Amino acid sequence: MIKLEGVTKTYGDFTAVSDVSFVAQPGRVTGFLGPNGAGKSTSMRIMVGLTPPDRGTSTIGGLKYHDIPNPGRHVGVLLDASAQHAGRTGREVLTLSALTMGLPVSRVEEMLTLVGLTGPEAKRRVRNYSLGMRQRLGIANALLGDPSVLILDEPANGLDPAGIHWMRSLLRGYAERGGTVLLSSHLLHEVEMIADELVLIGHGRIVAQGTKAELLQTAGTFVKAEYPDKLAAALAEVGLKALPSGDGGLRTESEPIEVGRVAAAAGLVLSELRPAEGAGLEELFLELTGDTARESVTVEGVQA
Amino acid sequence: MSTATVANGGALDVSRTSKVPMSRLITVELRKMVDTRAGLWVLITIGVVTLLGVAIFGLAASDGEKTFNNFMGFTGGIQGLLLPVLGILLVTQEWGQRTAMVTFTLEPHRGKVIAAKIYASLLIGFAAFLVAVGGAALAAVVFGGGSGFDDLIAVDFLKFGLLQASGVLQGLAYGLLFLNSAVAIVTYLVLPLVFSIISSVVPAMQDAAPWVDLGTAQTPLFNLGALSGEEWAHVLVTALIWIVVPFVVGLWRVLRAELK
Repeated sequence: MIKLEGVTKTYGDFTAVSDVSFVAQPGRVTGFLGPNGAGKSTSMRIMVGLTPPDRGTSTIGGLKYHDIPNPGRHVGVLLDASAQHAGRTGREVLTLSALTMGLPVSRVEEMLTLVGLTGPEAKRRVRNYSLGMRQRLGIANALLGDPSVLILDEPANGLDPAGIHWMRSLLRGYAERGGTVLLSSHLLHEVEMIADELVLIGHGRIVAQGTKAELLQTAGTFVKAEYPDKLAAALAEVGLKALPSGDGGLRTESEPIEVGRVAAAAGLVLSELRPAEGAGLEELFLELTGDTARESVTVEGVQA
Repeated sequence: MSTATVANGGALDVSRTSKVPMSRLITVELRKMVDTRAGLWVLITIGVVTLLGVAIFGLAASDGEKTFNNFMGFTGGIQGLLLPVLGILLVTQEWGQRTAMVTFTLEPHRGKVIAAKIYASLLIGFAAFLVAVGGAALAAVVFGGGSGFDDLIAVDFLKFGLLQASGVLQGLAYGLLFLNSAVAIVTYLVLPLVFSIISSVVPAMQDAAPWVDLGTAQTPLFNLGALSGEEWAHVLVTALIWIVVPFVVGLWRVLRAELK
């Protein structure tokens, strides 16, 4: 179990993470989702003691990271797949970790086989590895000590679809055996594929958390009308706010039946009317990532 | 899932896990010195250049100079230049290649890792010392006819060992201070040059040299015989300035540094 309570870290005027609290439970894959620069990596570095927080506490299984003896045997960590000595072979990288943890060298071969870095690939120097191969090596390094907690920063980055599928079954099996898995990503669909629980972070703050089912299930209606402007106006008249949502459709926060009544009363023809499933999370995520883009649009509009 | 860490309400059971012993950390640090081309070649170069230097000195020097101590001083000069580079690389490769992130997550007590690096590089320094002494003894027999061992006392070995150790530690200190191979190596090589240029222009510096210049203070360590009290004081004061202070500042920096 990973537990963060009120963790804050600032760099001068910049607040990297602000009052971050969440729990990653054993037996679950927790996805840590947010755009680049949202504070995911800083939070993860705080968890493993590489960055001291200004405020708040972080524990793993009830212990501070520094108090875990031989931590590689309990917590598997992959923070940056590129942070390996380019001049070492893949096998050598794992051998150094195995020696530190006091593991037999046979464990290195097991892990190389598990992540599919076999034969000549394991003998190549890391500088000749593709990003996907580095990720596999990093995952092997994290799993080496047979830990019960995994902390992986952007582990799917650089993996092809088959690789993502492989990782998904690997981590799922791992959680089913009682392990705690926390993985970060800046891609919603990636996390949706792998995680059970989601923690959304933006601008250093947790903006939503819960099970995937909870977060994907949102109230609201998607509606498409013959004349979208007229429908939007009619909805606005009765106090229902509608936002354009691609394909000429509109999204409201009210129930489909209410939208239907408004349309009927106004005599408008609808081509589609349904509950807006699964769109809430996506919109929230777009809101987090789209801030800068929207600002520039607004500025242009003002100037015009 | 390891049996030792089966989740019990999410708590880690660490009762059956022991800390990483220092011996294992030292083994790992020794291995890091030879498992990259750069590290391996520094070691090979130290060995080859030491023996090559002995042979050249043996062929070129006049007969009277071919004493054991002169051979040892010659090898010491060569090694004194290269051993600190080894110390520098052992620290800076972790930052240049960002492996410190992995090293310090596997052993979060950074002081222990630095201690292991000190022990490991002193061990390598000792091995280099043995190669130098062995090579010098062999050369004194081969080239000097075995007559060059007169006047040799135990303190001469101690002095020579001290030289090697101080070189290794100086390298580590510069590595910790700068955390960058190029800057640390250049500073280590250029500082003595800068000092000798300054003291050639400023006469007052010449008098102060034994107290502030490591090279000047350590010169008696190359020669035969015991050092006077003042000479030992020179060695200690310059070591404080050029080894202890950079080491302490560098250690403070590494213990506090945030790793990205």
